[in-house]
Amino acid sequence: MAYLEGKNLVASYGVVPILHECSVEVEKGELAVIVGPNGAGKSTVMRVLLGMLEATEGSVTLDGKDISMLSTQDRIAQGLAFVPQTKNVFPSMTVEENLQMGGFIREDDISKTIEEVYELFPILYEKRKQLAEELSGGQRQQVAFGRAMMTRPSVMLLDEPTAGVSPIVMDEIFSNILDVRNAGMAVLMVEQNAQQALNIADKGFVLVSGRNEHTGTGKELIEDREVRKKFLGG
Amino acid sequence: MNNIKAIWEANKVIASFTIMGLILLFVGMNQSWALALGIFNMSLISAIMALGVNIQWGYAGLFNVGIMGFAALGGVSVVLIAQQPVTEAIDAGGMKMFLSLIIGAVTVITGVLLNRRGVNKWLTAVVVVIGYLITRYYFSEAADLIEKVDPAITGYLGGFGLPIAFSWIVGGLAAAGAAWWIGKITLGLRTDYLAIATLGISEIILYVIKNEDWFVRGLKNVYGLPRPVPYEVDMQQSEWFQNIIAWLHKSELQLLTQSEQIDQLGIYVREAAVVFVKLCYSSLFIAILGAFIILSNLALNSPWGRKVRAIRDNEVAASAMGKNIKRQHLQIFVIGSAIVGVAGALLVTYDGIFIPTAYQPLRFTFLIWVMVILGGSGNNLGSVLGAFIIWFIWIQAGPMGLWVVEMLGNNIQEGGVFLEFIEDRVHYLRLVFMGTILLLIMRFSPGGILPEKNKEL
Amino acid sequence: MSDSIDIINAFALLTNFVILPALSYGSQLALGALAVTLVYSILRFSNFAQGDSMAFGTMLVILISGYMISKGWTITGFPTAILAIPLALVGMSIYLLLMDRLVYRHYRGIKIKQSIVGITASIGVMFITGGIVRFFLGASAQRFGDGERFIFSVREFKAFTGLQQGIALKTSQFLTITLAILLVAFLFYFLQKTKTGKAMRAYSDNKELALLSGIDPDKVVRITWLLVALFTTIAGTLYGLDKGFAPQQYHLLLLPIFASVIVGGIGSPIGAIAGAFLVAFSEIFLTYAYKKFLIYLLPLSMHPNSLVQLIGTEYKYAISFVILIIVLLIKPTGLFKGKVIVDE
Repeated sequence: MAYLEGKNLVASYGVVPILHECSVEVEKGELAVIVGPNGAGKSTVMRVLLGMLEATEGSVTLDGKDISMLSTQDRIAQGLAFVPQTKNVFPSMTVEENLQMGGFIREDDISKTIEEVYELFPILYEKRKQLAEELSGGQRQQVAFGRAMMTRPSVMLLDEPTAGVSPIVMDEIFSNILDVRNAGMAVLMVEQNAQQALNIADKGFVLVSGRNEHTGTGKELIEDREVRKKFLGG
Repeated sequence: MNNIKAIWEANKVIASFTIMGLILLFVGMNQSWALALGIFNMSLISAIMALGVNIQWGYAGLFNVGIMGFAALGGVSVVLIAQQPVTEAIDAGGMKMFLSLIIGAVTVITGVLLNRRGVNKWLTAVVVVIGYLITRYYFSEAADLIEKVDPAITGYLGGFGLPIAFSWIVGGLAAAGAAWWIGKITLGLRTDYLAIATLGISEIILYVIKNEDWFVRGLKNVYGLPRPVPYEVDMQQSEWFQNIIAWLHKSELQLLTQSEQIDQLGIYVREAAVVFVKLCYSSLFIAILGAFIILSNLALNSPWGRKVRAIRDNEVAASAMGKNIKRQHLQIFVIGSAIVGVAGALLVTYDGIFIPTAYQPLRFTFLIWVMVILGGSGNNLGSVLGAFIIWFIWIQAGPMGLWVVEMLGNNIQEGGVFLEFIEDRVHYLRLVFMGTILLLIMRFSPGGILPEKNKEL
Repeated sequence: MSDSIDIINAFALLTNFVILPALSYGSQLALGALAVTLVYSILRFSNFAQGDSMAFGTMLVILISGYMISKGWTITGFPTAILAIPLALVGMSIYLLLMDRLVYRHYRGIKIKQSIVGITASIGVMFITGGIVRFFLGASAQRFGDGERFIFSVREFKAFTGLQQGIALKTSQFLTITLAILLVAFLFYFLQKTKTGKAMRAYSDNKELALLSGIDPDKVVRITWLLVALFTTIAGTLYGLDKGFAPQQYHLLLLPIFASVIVGGIGSPIGAIAGAFLVAFSEIFLTYAYKKFLIYLLPLSMHPNSLVQLIGTEYKYAISFVILIIVLLIKPTGLFKGKVIVDE
């Protein structure tokens, strides 16, 4: 059993069914990517894993424990962390305050974790007294990662971290994500830029209309003729 | 149970209005016809106001917290149009007042022009301040002169002495003008700005009316406004009216002696004259209310109305389709305020006197709001129904509250001071009561009694 | 007659009749405006009940201090009203939390335009609150200050300085300015330095992310109402000690308070304070009659014979409105960058 596992998930928005028995999983120290066309339910998978949307069927397990019935906040306390696609920082707070807010639920001393974030993203240390809204797009994404890491999560969920950024910033963000993975976390992300994402992914899920269409390692998927034709533009 | 519900759903417009009518009939028969008709007429005027507010709120979600200000503009128009001019006052200070207002207007226009031309801001400010000081100098002199003319009776310029019906139109136009100005500034900004700005403009209109005695006599009120309907005294003396009343009460009168008959007939005629005059007003108000309802329904089904509804149902989609929401909202805001202005003019026409302190800004503004929301925002008939229900409750809640207190008092012998205190203050609880009604409807039945289809709050 | 003395006299006059009153009025407005700002930042609507809430808090103070005076629980020379504040604060907090529980909470849970539903609901609350206040205290004006009226009076000042023109410092003015400084300092310390305060800012900044970070929304809202109770009760009491208590007057404070908030930049605490002083100073500067001031400064031949008042006192509310309109025309975001909360 994988570290984080969503199994046979079924979910809908009101009467509109979105997910049909969809399964995803990720191990510690592994980067898994969910790709697929618009409306395939990629972000919905995230929401279900986080408990922001209730699944009508299927289960979510973390380290073997069933967390399907927990609230979002309890799942976060259990070790899940989430970086939303947009509005993922507190714009009128400083970088440091953003990190402090990330560790809000922790009762113990968080200064060591803040230092770890600074080690991972040194630029944030330089800008720690600046407001998040004054940073560049890539730096803001680092703040968002850093904030999510403050709970010392074992799993990091990222919703389209590179949406709407330039190719240079995209590379920067991907390298940040690899840093996060190399720090030992399980990283699961939804990505629009399928080609680049699969290139760095250990594992990939191709979702179509809420169903698993293809599953495999990043390399396998890129080399798969059908996947290339349908999703990677040849 | 389900059956009753289905019947109610199918006929609720007719049913609810019938119930309301029956309640008023009950009041007429048990309390007095004059009271019932008084409530009826005020409900009609409130209904017109509610219609105006419904157009703004129900059609476009625009907040107007200054309804009393717009209504007061209507009231002022009645004085300015229908009162006879006070020639002595005009001779004394009219020219000077005119001059000062011209200087004021010139100052404003110069200021705006200088600002547009991009002339130095400080220079512009200096010009405006100097213009203001000159205006103010002449203005206060003129106001003094006018206010000194027979202050106990006139002390103001009077009006144009035109037929009172004109004032209804002018009242509408005045309110529309104020609404256009406010709307132009605040529409397109955040929603709450309009609410705050209307609150402000309404306060200022009322302050001007209360303080500028030369204008409409300020706190001294204006009495004896002309009427569009006959006077009670004239009715009592007209023979045909007496004959009709005698005929109506034939059976009762026959039982009496001749001298008693004359006395009794006199009482009947006096009562009937009051009722008759009120009925004249009723028909006038019904006609105007009906005209507004028909017009607004016609407008809603025109191409213009379809656009309004498109914007109401989905602002984002409508703006994506290139519809100019701000312009549309401005039109709706102006139209709604104009209707409120007309209703304000009708209110003063009905009262026959103009009392600035009667415009208690938020209190009555708020009543109109409760009417619209209770009736069902977006639904014209709902607003009319809401007006009847709320006005009825507002009038009857005071006496009913007192009655409850007295009932309690009969049972509790001691604590006379406490009871007196409550009797003195019980009418304030109407505010609490109305606030509670508003919150309860919002919470449990946001559509109101007659919900508009496909419309959320 | 020496000129320099006259200039000092003229400014003593201005201090007494313009600067001190404006400082204390501005402080009262600032506290009210901060309460509006707090509600706006956290609950995302303009609280139309603010004026009447201030009346409610003051009512509690009046009732409690009345009881205390009747029992003789007073400190000689010190306004009993101030001593009554802590207890009134408890009552005010309960009232606001109750209103939140009964009225506002429901709408936070549903997807609806918070700004619109919030205004409508707060107007309902405003009427209920206003009705309760009038029921208990009546609608007429009253004074409830006791204790020493002046820190130093005109006579003491004249005797001390030898100036012809005196300055008096009213106890209410002194208390207003002192308490306002303390409260504002406390608020900024709380918001900038404490964990709960930062959580409030985070919640106001980005509600979704605050929830994801494990910030408890109910707690944030609760603390907000407690702060609102604090600011509202004290603002109302100070205003009442200064100018007397009248429900309608309090109700109308809504206008200058909203003007302050918008002028400063809606949602910005510093803006609210700056806006409040701008409104207060404009109001008092423009309605002050400068006759005596000019007599001190100008040679005899140029002495004015009118009051030299720019705007009649009766139009003081118009001034806040005009300032509001000018700001909306020129810079709708306000002097300080406010928080633009998009309707969700």
